[in-house]
Amino acid sequence: MASASASAAAVAGRKIFGSLRPLRRFPAGLVSRRIWPTDCVDGVGPRLVPDGLASSSSSRCFSAWRASSVTLKSDGDLDVAEVSPFPGARIMYTEDLQFVTETSPSTVPCFRVLSENGEELTKNFSEPDMSMAQKMYEQMVALQVLDSVFYNAQRQGRFGFYATCTGEEALNIACAAALRDNDSVFPQYREPGVLLWRGYRLQEFADHCIGNYQGHGKGRQMSIHYGSNKLHYFTVSSVLATQIPHAVGAAYSLKMENKQRCSVTFFGEGAASEGDFHGAINFAAVLEVPILFICRNNGWAISTPASQQYRGDGIAGRGQAYGVKSIRVDGNDALAVFSAVKAARQLAVENNQPVLLELMTYRVGHHSTSDDSAKYREVAEIRYWSERRDGVARFRKWIESKGWWDGTVDEQLRKDLRTEVIACLAAAEAKEKPPLSDLFSDVYDSLPKSLEEQEKLVRQAVQNCPQMYPADIPL
Amino acid sequence: MRISITRALSILQRCARDCPQQQHSSPSVGNSTLSGAVRLLSSQALATSKEPEAGNVPKKSLNLFSAINQALHIALETDPRSYIFGEDVNFGGVFRCTTNLADTFGKHRVFNTPLCEQGIVGFAIGLAAMLVYSCIRVLQTVLPSHAILGTNLCVYSDDTAASGDGKDNRAIAEIQFADYIYPAFDQIVNEAAKFRYRSGNQFNCGGLTIRAPYGAVGHGGHYHSQSPESFFCHVPGIKWLYRQSVEDVPEGDYMLPLSKAEVMREGTDITLVGWGAQLSVMEQACIDASKEGISCELIDLRTLIPWDRETVEASVNKTGRLLVSHEAPVTGGFGAEISASIVERCFLRLEAPVARVCGYDTPFPLVFEPFYMPTKNKILDAIKTSVSY
Repeated sequence: MASASASAAAVAGRKIFGSLRPLRRFPAGLVSRRIWPTDCVDGVGPRLVPDGLASSSSSRCFSAWRASSVTLKSDGDLDVAEVSPFPGARIMYTEDLQFVTETSPSTVPCFRVLSENGEELTKNFSEPDMSMAQKMYEQMVALQVLDSVFYNAQRQGRFGFYATCTGEEALNIACAAALRDNDSVFPQYREPGVLLWRGYRLQEFADHCIGNYQGHGKGRQMSIHYGSNKLHYFTVSSVLATQIPHAVGAAYSLKMENKQRCSVTFFGEGAASEGDFHGAINFAAVLEVPILFICRNNGWAISTPASQQYRGDGIAGRGQAYGVKSIRVDGNDALAVFSAVKAARQLAVENNQPVLLELMTYRVGHHSTSDDSAKYREVAEIRYWSERRDGVARFRKWIESKGWWDGTVDEQLRKDLRTEVIACLAAAEAKEKPPLSDLFSDVYDSLPKSLEEQEKLVRQAVQNCPQMYPADIPL
Repeated sequence: MRISITRALSILQRCARDCPQQQHSSPSVGNSTLSGAVRLLSSQALATSKEPEAGNVPKKSLNLFSAINQALHIALETDPRSYIFGEDVNFGGVFRCTTNLADTFGKHRVFNTPLCEQGIVGFAIGLAAMLVYSCIRVLQTVLPSHAILGTNLCVYSDDTAASGDGKDNRAIAEIQFADYIYPAFDQIVNEAAKFRYRSGNQFNCGGLTIRAPYGAVGHGGHYHSQSPESFFCHVPGIKWLYRQSVEDVPEGDYMLPLSKAEVMREGTDITLVGWGAQLSVMEQACIDASKEGISCELIDLRTLIPWDRETVEASVNKTGRLLVSHEAPVTGGFGAEISASIVERCFLRLEAPVARVCGYDTPFPLVFEPFYMPTKNKILDAIKTSVSY
């Protein structure tokens, strides 16, 4: 039996914990068979325990941990390495005093498909078909136009605040295209492309930013804080990283529902410094949920460069520490993003496991209309990324090379979109604002008495002094 | 033990270098040099304060971020154990409060932190809790592009600490908006506030200051408009301060007493109590009321905890009426504490119920902000109601 076990281990041919350190050697005859609980180690054959060790254990409750791992050496002897019994980790002992270096010899590599000139560097990617690729490009352009018009509208005072996703349009649309439309999305605030892809109309963007009665948020929040229940896009809040644990909880619900949907959350490399990120990703690993953690590492958190945000290997480098599969992707390469998100989604949904994606990109625009990034970074750097590393241009080169796009229609497309967005904005401004009662509704599901009374108070105040109040809010 | 949490409107108090470990009794009132002439940003001179002037100290009208910048500069210059840190403080901060400080004092004294409020405050507590016996004073040669090269450091030690007693660090943490302070709530409430008390006075983080801009801006919505003071005023062991947008500020270094309210405007018919930006609104209401023959006394509370009950009580004993106003929602707001306290102390003197003109019990709304805010007309209505009760 012993030799059968030994050869079973040999047939498995694997070392059980990576690099085994043979600490003890036992003659084969002393080895007996002991099976570990199946959830201890993936797919490894029976672990073998020296009889002497097993019976000398004074505490049978952890006898399973006291199993050793065994490999059959080429000379026929067995090497047995002792596994420590600590509940905190399944680890091998060592007698070498050695620190794990703070950085790994190689950082997580960055997956890409296209060169800067839009040439395929590999065939190993998911290719969108022609109509999807065309839609992707058109939507990237639409996002660029939307941002441009709205940013300028804010500067003109037509609404109070705006933040663009300039430089990250390809990332936005490629992610959206790779997901299913009913995957639950928990955005930060720089991912309107996902909404656009799913069918949020330009008019709806305008209605929200202006804050009229047709805006889904009923005028309560600042611009760009979009949300759509219908499109499975949870409403944006300004607070960073709070959406990440929400996404994990939602993923758990999706797992229980068992409908092959996943949860997706977006955040920047700055937000990934918040405590909520760490709590959430740990939860996702332990509770085994189908979720994609998508980090847009765009190099800047307002004025804080990534070099002042972390010292480890970015965000992708954290995945393994939490027991989460991870990948780093060129976020300005739409095909790489599309492929990686598609593959990650499949992993998540099929295995009920989290996947961490770090999409490397660059924030070409200012943080928001309240920011002037020339104050803290070189204009030359901004120009470099805008002019030489633009993801939309790169994708266009690819679809042109496929014969799926004619560059000459570009200008007309942009013009038409611009006309449409401007018209939407004007239409949004002409619409009524939400009624005053929307100040008090939805605090709870129904209006409590205290708020009824406060509504009476404010209506009285308006009656007493109407000139103090904006005329465009219906009473 | 105390830590002080100041709004961006606050002027930092520089604690005396020779008494870092004493119980922080406020420095004597006689040192107050703030003239208190309140001006709106439109430069219209209004009330003058009745605070005693300590000599002819030259002053100038400063807006808040300039005053803060000046105070931070003084703090860094006079105390080598002071540090300023938070998100984006290096380039000057989103409100420009830390402009030029990193260039002047170096990246080891003024520095960005990763984006993590619980980390900022936790780090700040630990920094403030340490006694330092000798301090490296670091000189840095600064390049125009704000980069600071390590090779240009000149280092010498500070000999003035030779007395043997350690001095605690001055940790000045910035929270970018008060709306984002909540991840740090645990650190503030469970750690900072209890640091001295739980240790039997062996440890303290009295050198900790946290600055956070608060309040409505017109387009801030839910998360750039909040006034979270009442959450923290419920916690023994911290101080919570406010300042106004524009004040006459003495030039150079000076000290103010904490926990001393300022009577901005004297009156006889009703006492109004407020703090921070709301005071300018209340002042307008007082002016309008005076045109209708109502004489209002306006008090700037300045410190919310511990708050100056005596000044308010004396005023209400004079006027018999009280109105409190704040942007924060009325239920559980700090006005409730003032009201309850004054009713306890002045019950028989009161001629009318204590009025509270505050925000409503909703999240801070964007398009409805003009309706939500405790505006001048609401305050005036409440003054008239109180006076004719």
